[in-house]
Amino acid sequence: MNRCVVKDKRRSGTQDSSEGGADKKDNIEREKIEGKELTKEEKQRLRKEKKQQKKGKEKKDASLPQVSVAETAAPASQLKAERRARQEAERTSKQSKKGDTGQPATTSKPKIPPNELQPVVKRLPEHIQVDDPDVLKKLAKKLERQQTTENSEIQKIPRRLDYGYKVSLFSHLLQYSRKAPLTQQLSIPSAVIHPAIVRLGLQYSQGIVAGSNARSIALLHAFKQVISDYTTPSNEELSRDLVNKLKPYISFLNQCRPLSASMGNAIKYIKKEISNIPSQFKEDDAKKKLLNCIECFIEEKIVLAAKAIAKSSIEKINDGDVILVYGCSSLVNHILCEAFEKGRKFRVIVVDSRPRLEGREALRRLVQKGISCTYVLISAVSYILPEVSKVFLGAHALLANGYVMSRVGTSQIALVAKAFNVPVLVCCETYKFCERVQTDSFVSNELDDPDDLIVTRKGETQLKDWQQVPRLGLLNLVYDVTPPDFVDLVITDLGMIPCTSVPVVLRVKNVDLL
Amino acid sequence: MPGPYRETDLTEKVEAFLSDLKRGGSGTGPLRGSAETARETTALLRRITAQVRWSSAGDLMEVIRKEGRRMSAAQPSETTVGNMIRRVLKIIREEYARSRGSSEEADQQESLHKLLTSGGLSEENFRQYFTALKANVIEAINELLTELEGTTDNIAMQALEHIHSNEVIMTIGRSRTVEAFLKDAARKRKFHVIVAECAPFCQGHEMATSLSKDGIETTVITDAAIFAVMSRVNKVIIGTQTVLANGGLRAVNGTHTLALAAKHHSTPLIVCAPINFLFISGEILSKVNVHCPVFDYVPPELITLFISNIGGHAPSYIYRLMSELYHPEDHEL
Repeated sequence: MNRCVVKDKRRSGTQDSSEGGADKKDNIEREKIEGKELTKEEKQRLRKEKKQQKKGKEKKDASLPQVSVAETAAPASQLKAERRARQEAERTSKQSKKGDTGQPATTSKPKIPPNELQPVVKRLPEHIQVDDPDVLKKLAKKLERQQTTENSEIQKIPRRLDYGYKVSLFSHLLQYSRKAPLTQQLSIPSAVIHPAIVRLGLQYSQGIVAGSNARSIALLHAFKQVISDYTTPSNEELSRDLVNKLKPYISFLNQCRPLSASMGNAIKYIKKEISNIPSQFKEDDAKKKLLNCIECFIEEKIVLAAKAIAKSSIEKINDGDVILVYGCSSLVNHILCEAFEKGRKFRVIVVDSRPRLEGREALRRLVQKGISCTYVLISAVSYILPEVSKVFLGAHALLANGYVMSRVGTSQIALVAKAFNVPVLVCCETYKFCERVQTDSFVSNELDDPDDLIVTRKGETQLKDWQQVPRLGLLNLVYDVTPPDFVDLVITDLGMIPCTSVPVVLRVKNVDLL
Repeated sequence: MPGPYRETDLTEKVEAFLSDLKRGGSGTGPLRGSAETARETTALLRRITAQVRWSSAGDLMEVIRKEGRRMSAAQPSETTVGNMIRRVLKIIREEYARSRGSSEEADQQESLHKLLTSGGLSEENFRQYFTALKANVIEAINELLTELEGTTDNIAMQALEHIHSNEVIMTIGRSRTVEAFLKDAARKRKFHVIVAECAPFCQGHEMATSLSKDGIETTVITDAAIFAVMSRVNKVIIGTQTVLANGGLRAVNGTHTLALAAKHHSTPLIVCAPINFLFISGEILSKVNVHCPVFDYVPPELITLFISNIGGHAPSYIYRLMSELYHPEDHEL
C-alpha cells in the first residue's frame, strides 16, 4: 500500500507538469479510489510523452525516403495503430495484474501510443532497402551495437556483402554468393554467437536446411540448445537478458539468409514467452518452462497442424485423380503419402524448375511410398495440364491481403491451371500467416546466388564469364506471390477457407495470443 | 558436261542434305535455324530444276514432290522444308499458267467463296511443253531465294517502329530473327531485355550473351520466374518455329505459359516470323512432339501481332497470306 502511494505521488508530480496545476491533494484522493486502473493510464501517458520526445529526435535523424514512406503508410496503419493500441492496453492490464515490475521487453518496432491515431513512423525492414546508403550505415551500426565484450575482446556480427552484378529492378534487395558464407568471417571459437547458431546459419546459407517448416524447426531446436546453455548473469533478470542475448543471434541468422515469415512468427512467440516469465521463477524452472513452450509450439503448430490438414485434404482427393504438385513442399508430400496409405488411388505429376530442382526430392519421397509419378519441367506445364484434375501447392507464407507467397514458379502454375479450369488448392499452416501485404514479386523477395543459373549444355558453358560481360545480369529469384483469384481454396489447420479470409484468421489469432 | 555425272553429284547433295536434316532434328548435329533450312532447301530445289531432265511442268512437279516427300520424312518437325517445296510448286504453276497465257486471276483463290466453288483447275495436267519454262522457273526460284535471304533484314528494319526507349522486352529461348530485330533497334534506342532461359536446352543463355555483347542490357531468368517478372515487362517479342493457318503458333516449349502470362497482364505479344514459316496443318494440335515436349501450341487469341518481312499482320489475317503463298492442290505433298 505504501509503495502504491509513493508511486502515485511521483506520477501525480509529472501529471502536474503536463496538466499544469491540478490540485495535488485531489489527485492523491482520486488515485487512491481508482486504484490500479489509473496507474495503468498514468504509465501509458508517461510512455507516450517519452515516445513523443524520442520521435522528435528521430524525425530529425531519419533519412528522407523513410519519412515519406511513413507518411504514405499512415492511413493504412491507423487501423493497425488502433488495434495495436487495444492490444497494448490489454497486455499492460494483464501484466499489472501479475504484479510484474519489469518493463515489457523492447522490441525492434516502436510502440504505438494508445488511444491516439497518430501517423506511425513505420520502420521498413532493412533487407529491402539495400540501395539506400543511409540504411546500410544504420544496419552496420546496429550490428556493432549487438556485440558483447567477453574477455575484453570486442567481437562484431559480421555483415555479408553483395555479390555480382544486380539487376536494376532488384537493386533494393541483397544478393549473396553461396561460396562466401558468413561464417568465414567469424573467428573460432566465436564468443559472440552460440555454436549451435553458427552451425544453423551455415546450414541456411548453404541450402542444407531448406523449406519453411524445416527452417523453423531447426531454428527452434537451436534456440532450445541456447536456452539450456544459458546462465543468467548476476543483477540481471532472465526475462530481459535472454531476449537481449537472442538479438545478435537473430541478426546473424538474418545475415546468413533472410528470415522467413514462419521463422519470424516463431521468434515472436519465443520472445513473448520469455518476457512473460514471472521474475520470481528460479532459473532452472524458467528454462524448463521455456523448453516446454518450444516443444508445445512445434507439436501444435507444425506436427498436429499437418495431421489436421492431411485429414481435410484427403476428403478432396478422389479415386482416379491426377494431382499436380510443384517443387518439394513437406506438407503436400505428407498429405499425398497419407492419402495413399488410406487407400486412395491417384497418380501424381511432379513439376520441377531450374536451378533448384527440388522436385527431384519430392519425386524420390513419393516414389518410395509407391505412388506412381510423372516428372516434367515447368515449361511443359501447359502441355501436361489437360490431363490434370487438381493442383496442390504448398506455401511459404500467406499475406494479409490474400496473396500466397511461395517458391518462384507457383504463380505461373496457378495461372496456367486457371486457364485450363483446373482447381488450385493451397495447403498452409496458420503459423505461416503473415501481417505483411504485397502485390508483386519485386518489393520484397530473395535473390539467390546468380551462379546457379550457369549450366553446361553440349559441352559449352555459355554463361561462364557472365561477370566480365558488362551488361549481362542473371536473376535467380526465390519467391513469388500468387494473386488470390488464381487460388480456389486454402486448406489450413483451422479448416478450409478461401484466400480472402486470411486477414480474418490473423485477427482472430492476434486476439487469441494475448 | 556429261549427264550422269551431274546426276550423281546432285543425288550426293540431296543425300547430304537429308542426313543433315535428320541429324539436326535429333539434336546432335548443329542446330540450324529455320531460315537457313529454308534457304538450303530452295537452293537444292533450284539445282534439281536445273539439272534433272524434265520435259513438261508436270514431270518437274512430280520430281519435286518426290524429293519433297523424302525431305519432309527426314525431319517431320521442320516444316519449312515442306513449305519451300509448296512455294516452288506454286511458282511452277504460275509460270506455267503465264506461259500458257491465261490470266492470273483464274489461278488465284481470291475469296473463300471461290475456294469452295472452283473446281475447274483440277483439270489441268501441265502436259504442255514450253521452251522458256525452265528459265522462267529458275528465275522465279532465284527471286524466292533473294527474298529468303532478305527476310531477317526486312523484319529487323521494322524494329524501330515497334520498340521505344526504356522499354523492358521479354523473350524466350533463341531466335535469330528476334536477335536481329533487337540488335537493329538497339542501334538507335536504349532498352532492357529479359531472356527466359527455356530449359532443358537453355538456349536463352546463348541469346543473352549474344545480345549483351552488342551492348543491350540483358537479364537471364529461369522459366519459373516468367510470371513473377511479367508485371514489369512492356512487350513480349518471340520467334517461332511455325505459324499455323488459323493464326496459332507452334513454338518452343514454354511459349504457351509466356503467352498466358502476357495475356493476364495485358502485355502485347509480338511474333517475328518470316513469311515462309506459314504451315498448313490439318488438325490444330496441342501436342506436337516426338520427344518430351519440344514445342508448344499457342492459340491465336493470345497473340497480338505478327511481324514478317512483308509487314505486320493480325493473327486473323494469316489465312489470306496462306492462300496467296500456296496452292490448295499442294497441301498434300
